Amino acid sequence: MSKIRIATTSLAGCFGCHMSFLDMDERLVALLEHVEFNRSPFTDIKHCGPCDIGLIEGGVCNVENVHVLREFRDNCKILIAVGACAINGGVPAMRNHFNLRECLEEAYVNGVGVVNPQIPNDVELPLLLDKVHPIHDVVRVDYYLPGCPPSADAFLNILGDLLAGKEPSLPNNLLHYD
Amino acid sequence: MSADTKQNLITQNTITIDGQEIPFQAGQTIMDAALAAGVYIPHLCHRQGLTPHGSCKLCVVDIASRSASSHNSNRRLQAKFAVDADSRSASACTMPAVAGQQISNNTPALNEVRKTITQMLFIEGNHICPSCEKCGDCTLQAMAYHLGMLDGHFPQFFQHREVDASHPTIMLDRDRCILCELCVRASREVDGKNVFAIAGRGINAHLVVNSASGKLVDSDLETSDMAAHICPVGAILIKEHGYEVPIGQRTFDLHQVSEIGLEKIILTKARQPDE
Repeated sequence: MSKIRIATTSLAGCFGCHMSFLDMDERLVALLEHVEFNRSPFTDIKHCGPCDIGLIEGGVCNVENVHVLREFRDNCKILIAVGACAINGGVPAMRNHFNLRECLEEAYVNGVGVVNPQIPNDVELPLLLDKVHPIHDVVRVDYYLPGCPPSADAFLNILGDLLAGKEPSLPNNLLHYD
Repeated sequence: MSADTKQNLITQNTITIDGQEIPFQAGQTIMDAALAAGVYIPHLCHRQGLTPHGSCKLCVVDIASRSASSHNSNRRLQAKFAVDADSRSASACTMPAVAGQQISNNTPALNEVRKTITQMLFIEGNHICPSCEKCGDCTLQAMAYHLGMLDGHFPQFFQHREVDASHPTIMLDRDRCILCELCVRASREVDGKNVFAIAGRGINAHLVVNSASGKLVDSDLETSDMAAHICPVGAILIKEHGYEVPIGQRTFDLHQVSEIGLEKIILTKARQPDE
């Protein structure tokens, strides 16, 4: 039987959800008998190919996030919003209280110790969106895995259900938003 | 004793919630009677001892027939016709208990409605639990866990409301306020102060402070007031007392929101967070 293909990415995330995924420790070995990773920070694959499951960490804060998210949606049969940021914008969405220019000026112009103050504007750099968005503002999401981050058990639970062909359900003891 | 009279005695001053017969006293609401009998009806804005408010709508129940008579023939008639036709939804916290009410409470359909209401509360404010001092002690969050809420479902409003940190020991983060008015009622009815009110209309409704400047510092709110501790979310906070309880020992790490009589534990914990 061919392995289930999983792609993962971090958009406006902190990689904490990926770390929590790795917190399944030696259970990863057993998992890897059933799954293989496509595009992911864990692999060197640059673009998402056809996959069964896409795990998205982080909200959407810049245009590159939008492109990556759409690439994942186009290629993944099941897309899962992982963690508080992907689900409701999370802590990064606290910048939605300020306008973007204020944020950039505070960091790059008026910040303490800034040398050669200027807002970076190279075309290589993705432009920030005016607001941080949950990923379901941009693409359709199939399942949500809450937590900041979700525990390794929660990852195992949702992947276990999907590998078994079952509708994922999160038991109450694994449900938390913090 | 005829069958009819016997039936009369049984149904006198009782209501039925999910098939369980529950006694009530005249003047009690469905919520009062249910809580007294140890039956949990989800609620956020209700607090025993304060005037019922009816804003959170989580205590919505279905009442099959308000006028269900103890009369046997009538009951048969109602069983035949009335179950759906007479059924109405009402807030258990404001609806008086009436003898013979057949009430549905803990049903998948009602809990789904309650989950949707909770999602609406989450997306309407900025409920970023990972950065909130009330996390683990928050009744709204515990309610969302209770109802199995995985996401907010609706687009976030990303409201921007004023934080009031003017008071030396108490602060107000209106982004998290769910307009339950528990602080308003606690201040008026228990503290005898009238510190808080809700102003504005529709989505612009917000918590205001009844002082000339509108600032908390110019009110007579004190840390010992019930209004300073009753907030079920992270909107009213005691300064310099965040993150004092280890994860695993917070209120809702140890308790389910559906436990009866939890209000006392929450209030004690809010006053003495280290205990």
